[in-house]
Amino acid sequence: MAASSDHAGKTGFRAWLNKRLPVDEFVDSQLIGYFAPKNFNIWYFFGSLALLVFVIQILTGIFLTMHYKPSEAAAFDSVEYIMREVEWGWLIRYMHSTGASFFFIVVYLHMFRAMIYGSYRAPRELLWILGMLLYLALMAEAFMGYVLPWGNMSYWGAQVIVNLFGTIPVIGPGLVEWIRGDYGIADSTLNRFFALHVIAVPFAIAFLVLMHLVALRQTGSNNPDGIEIKEKLGANGKPIDGIPFHPYYTVKDIVGVGVFLIFFCGVIFFAPTFGGLFLEKPNFEPANELSTPQHIAPVWYFTAFYAMLRAVPDQQLGALLMLLAIVVLFFLPWLDRSPVKSIRYKGWLSKTALALFVVAFVMLSYLGLQPANDLYVILARVFTAIYFAFFLLMPWYTRIEKCKPAPERVTYHA
Amino acid sequence: MRKSFVAAALGFTLAFAGPAVFAATEGPHAAWMDWEPGNDVSNIASLQRGAANFMGYCAGCHSLKYKRYSRVAKDLNIPEEQMEKLLLLPGAKKGDYILSPMAKVDGEAWFGKAPPDLSLITRAKGSDYVYQFLKTFYVDPKSANGTNNLALPNTAMPHVLSALQGVQEAKFKVVETVVDGQPVTESHWESFELASPGQLSPEDYDAFVRDTVNFLEYAGEPVKAKRESLGVWVILFLLVFTALAYLLKQEYWKDVK
Repeated sequence: MAASSDHAGKTGFRAWLNKRLPVDEFVDSQLIGYFAPKNFNIWYFFGSLALLVFVIQILTGIFLTMHYKPSEAAAFDSVEYIMREVEWGWLIRYMHSTGASFFFIVVYLHMFRAMIYGSYRAPRELLWILGMLLYLALMAEAFMGYVLPWGNMSYWGAQVIVNLFGTIPVIGPGLVEWIRGDYGIADSTLNRFFALHVIAVPFAIAFLVLMHLVALRQTGSNNPDGIEIKEKLGANGKPIDGIPFHPYYTVKDIVGVGVFLIFFCGVIFFAPTFGGLFLEKPNFEPANELSTPQHIAPVWYFTAFYAMLRAVPDQQLGALLMLLAIVVLFFLPWLDRSPVKSIRYKGWLSKTALALFVVAFVMLSYLGLQPANDLYVILARVFTAIYFAFFLLMPWYTRIEKCKPAPERVTYHA
Repeated sequence: MRKSFVAAALGFTLAFAGPAVFAATEGPHAAWMDWEPGNDVSNIASLQRGAANFMGYCAGCHSLKYKRYSRVAKDLNIPEEQMEKLLLLPGAKKGDYILSPMAKVDGEAWFGKAPPDLSLITRAKGSDYVYQFLKTFYVDPKSANGTNNLALPNTAMPHVLSALQGVQEAKFKVVETVVDGQPVTESHWESFELASPGQLSPEDYDAFVRDTVNFLEYAGEPVKAKRESLGVWVILFLLVFTALAYLLKQEYWKDVK
């Protein structure tokens, strides 16, 4: 049956349905009627990929909860049971554990995209803030999920991270006890982390994703040129440099999904532990309060912040610095004072600052994985300073540099 | 305004100029630390020999509490009658998990520490470690059971495979070094020497250990061989899928100018 946007022309079930639920209207207005800039490049795949990973995590998570047992006595064994005796349990578990790391990979690349093309700038400040809240929710989700297998690194990682809340003045010690539900990381902690991991946080993420998408529909997507396509409308009232999201970007995103799945399945089938980076070796030993792993490190996606924590001799200040490293990201829309949005037209100061920031973040992530010896601590301090300088000096360097004029129309070569 | 930002950046840099946390010390790198078993979990014959080795020499003390006999038989193509005759521990049924008959309290009383379950040993420590452990036992009169180990110094485990390997002696070089201004005497391993031969030649003992470690790697992740062979087809499918998706995209995008 040929699709028609005219409701009167529909017959049968489709007419019956659309009279009661505005399916076609939704597709028309949100997918076909949503005009996205035609000059999206490879960086624009990661938003839809983040959504894909979220769906993968929810679906595999449902099947994992059917066999996983959230108790101190049974958690570790139940994960091995899934790996060995549940039909295809190993695949579901590896999809979920690899999905956690890939979630951060695509989210970091998605955030980096926003940073290079100035997607956080007005009028998209709230879009950026909703994204940052998603990032925070994702961190909470990943941390609590990591505790569930109840391996030794789960246990000691939880110990270190939960104790960070204890550094908060006055309420700290009481707060830690309240989070754990016990005087140590224990059965009650595992049980409540399970509840939060499978119900509370996923709901929060789903809600924030919805808000993120609604806000995106309101402002429209930014693009690599950092100019507003809504300012140049055609005779039909649609942006001349825009194309309908469906079918153009739906078919393009399918290619992105294919490439993503090649990497994703490559890890699942050939390197599910990723050399101890995605599944750490000490986590193949059950939680043991009497045996601390030789060197406690969180999973790779938190190690940049962990390196900052260790770079400060005082734990309280270190924890504060970690918090600030995330908080400062929320202010990005107001720190950037450049007349242009995209890195393409910014001056060499912004380009250098962003390059240094990337180096600092990658190096901090690496340093956080290493044992903290003299040299590594000094390096971590240098890169922490660069990390913060990128943000704190931004109002200065984005204003004094000479920028190229942004073009009138987007750059696109068919 | 400008100055205050520079000052803030400087302040951050200075705030980190505190004392260093601690220094990690590691011994010198020795040749045995590079020994690798070269596992291949798709080599069924090797896994079968490894299973026999494990049941004959390890299962008396060590369990594989997540593995059932029947699953071993199925995965390693061992006919059931043969498994029942050769692999089952006394009193065990084919659907049982492979549990050592040694009680935990006995293990603690006899060795000071109950022998650990080996289901996940290769995943927790790496199969290189297990291989190196089984190859670096040496005579040490100072140790309670007469042997010591390079991979796990002062291990509670006696060299149960010495009847096969023979008696291995280690040569150490005494080295004087200075740590934190204090002279320290360290002995660095140089080489092994077979003082008296065992039932197996050194080559056969090496093969015995390799098969056993290979089996332990299989036991750590029974699905590994299947995962890798299935993975090839999954990736091939995705390559074709992505190529078709790309052609579809090109077709649609023709009219974008």
